[in-house]
Amino acid sequence: MSDAAIDPRYATRPPKRPLRLSWGDERVRGIVYQVVVVGIIGAIVYWLYSNTVHNLDVRRIATGWGFLQREAGLPIAEFLIPYDPTDTYLRALQVGVLNTLKVAVIGIVLATILGTVLGVLKLSKNWLVSKVVSAYIEIVRDLPLLLQLLFWYALLQGLPGPRQAINPVEGVFLSNRGLKLPFFEWMPAHNWALLLVVVGMVATYFYRRSALAKQMLDGQPRKVWPAALVFMVMIPLGVWYGQGAPFTPDIPALRGFNFTGGLTISPEFFALLLGLTLYTAAFIAEIVRAGILSVNQGQWEAAEALGLARARVMNLVVLPQALRVIIPPMTSQFLNITKNSSLAVAIGYQDIVSIANTTLNQTGQAIEGIAIIMLVYLTISLSISLFMNWYNSKIALVER
Amino acid sequence: MSITTDFMPVPPARRLAPALSTGWMGWARANLFSNMLNSLVTLALAFLLVKYLYGFIDWAFVNAIWSVPNDAAGRPDTQSCRDLKGVGACWAVVNEKHRFMLFGTYPYEEHWRPALVCLLFVGLYIVSAMRRFWRKELVLIWAGMLTLIAVLMWGGVLGLTYVPQDRWGGLPITLILATFGLAFAFPLAILVALGRRSKLPAIKALCVLYVELIRGVPLISLLFMASVMFPLFLPEGVNIDKLLRAQIAIILFAGAYLAEVVRGGLQALSKGQYEAADALGLSYWQKTAFIILPQALRLVIPPLVNTFIGFFKDTSLVLIIGIFDLLTAGKTAIIEPMWQGFAVEVYVTIGLIYFVFCFAMSSYSASLERELNKDRRR
Repeated sequence: MSDAAIDPRYATRPPKRPLRLSWGDERVRGIVYQVVVVGIIGAIVYWLYSNTVHNLDVRRIATGWGFLQREAGLPIAEFLIPYDPTDTYLRALQVGVLNTLKVAVIGIVLATILGTVLGVLKLSKNWLVSKVVSAYIEIVRDLPLLLQLLFWYALLQGLPGPRQAINPVEGVFLSNRGLKLPFFEWMPAHNWALLLVVVGMVATYFYRRSALAKQMLDGQPRKVWPAALVFMVMIPLGVWYGQGAPFTPDIPALRGFNFTGGLTISPEFFALLLGLTLYTAAFIAEIVRAGILSVNQGQWEAAEALGLARARVMNLVVLPQALRVIIPPMTSQFLNITKNSSLAVAIGYQDIVSIANTTLNQTGQAIEGIAIIMLVYLTISLSISLFMNWYNSKIALVER
Repeated sequence: MSITTDFMPVPPARRLAPALSTGWMGWARANLFSNMLNSLVTLALAFLLVKYLYGFIDWAFVNAIWSVPNDAAGRPDTQSCRDLKGVGACWAVVNEKHRFMLFGTYPYEEHWRPALVCLLFVGLYIVSAMRRFWRKELVLIWAGMLTLIAVLMWGGVLGLTYVPQDRWGGLPITLILATFGLAFAFPLAILVALGRRSKLPAIKALCVLYVELIRGVPLISLLFMASVMFPLFLPEGVNIDKLLRAQIAIILFAGAYLAEVVRGGLQALSKGQYEAADALGLSYWQKTAFIILPQALRLVIPPLVNTFIGFFKDTSLVLIIGIFDLLTAGKTAIIEPMWQGFAVEVYVTIGLIYFVFCFAMSSYSASLERELNKDRRR
């Protein structure tokens, strides 16, 4: 039909000829190759599968997900949702997933900030600054992450006990029990305020978008920060104040042999976060540096010739172009933080790998345990990839 | 007519360039003290550097204890180390345990064998790094060396006593996991990368599935799989050694990452090369072996070396499933009560070994990149 409209001389593909049943036909060879490869791999998979079924039978291991509903009896030190050892394995695994997400998200934020600062500093005109940052990056990148985690954990464990805790500022204690920070008692009013901050962020985003759209029409720049201040600070503060401004400080204090009150950051979490952040920041620094260098010098000069101030050159001209180079490798660094957080098992932070591993040892459900670990990471990896691909396509160069 | 001296050009007195803009002073002014803020930053950073370097040297060398006496029972007495904790390093632990950290539980009298193996590995790396050895014979050198290494480690022939695999440990294990992992993952990676660019849909789908699945999960989950699930996969009665299982997991893992690097090289090659090879009437495998791969692999040598560095570091993860590599040996060395609490010294030493290997590789990669870009840039 539509093929008829194309002049055959300009058709890019040769016309399809009928399949010739001979080894000389490329397509026949292709089909044979595929059948052979798929057949071999299928046979191997079937062989492994039948072995597994047989072995499970011999060892009397029942497969299935029934164990998830059984009582875990598994103590977990840190949890974001209420948990008790009498809860089910399912609940324990949920706690583990949340612990993984907690360290991954905080790690991603901190490593991005530190990495960007280091990347910019490495380009500094100050020789000493640039050399010190280079040395840091080289050293950190050439040591295994696991070794660094063990090192930080050993260092934290070598700290004095609670009674001789390091106390740099009133209310802050650093000891072998972890880091203690002053906090305040969390009340429902705080939930509302926090929720409004998030809503305020979304509102600011849309306000900024419409301000930019209007600027496109009349060329008048509009200030965004007053609206941002109102949306993200004033309204949440007002609501919190309207509910009676509850605020009870919760300052850690030494009672007997341990601390009471305050916010606790366990040595395991602290070592893991420190190790992940310092390690990944070194890689991110190199990515940021390469991204900034990739922007043509002429772009800087042209922007300066237009009379833009240096900060605006960076924000409006250089960064948007550098981001295109930075985003794809940055995505894999975010994925790396998430995957590397699984090293938690070596220093005893209870992430999903650690909890699934304990579950696997207690119940003997090896296949299900490994499958859970893999599914969780595949889901997280896929989500991060999808989000970053979306962001990448949004900032991609729009060409004619 | 006489020329009046008034118009004679007087040669200007030779003046030197201002002292502050040349030489080291000019350099310092331009690079360290170009303005107020820069000067402050330089001074503050220099102060901190000197302070912490001084503190480190104090800890690591001046106040350090290099060896400890034995007590009445013939065991090392670490009291002097404990007294100096936090003030001076206790290198005595490294002094006492270095054989164990390097070679694990390998029979003590036979330690020359793993030591020789480590040297052979280093030699192999150096030879592979030299461009004049980049030809087909290199494969033979690798095959020969790896056989020699296997003979030395296992023994049982040529008058060497047999050493079972579960006695191996330390640095040789790290080098074995990394090198054998690489030697097998690389061909696998090339096949997968070619498969992923193949026109045959089933083969392409299989390769995409393999690469994305492996890259989506952490190495630990593969190592766990190797340690607890592999035995279930095999027929009853067949047992594969734990080290070999971990090695297979590392090969599968490295294969997926290397495949993506190789695929980058295949994609970077201009289409004309493929078409020219087709026009010469070469078959697919001839085209791939003689035209495509030699150029594509050359393009990706620097990222390949960077990926190798990553694997070299990642072999340390076998600690989690209890295989006796360098890091595990170090961690085990300080389990005895008298040496407990000296982890920092041991980790610094082990870090130094890893650093030497990785730094050599990364400097090599950087120099190679400069060299390869030179003849491309013209």
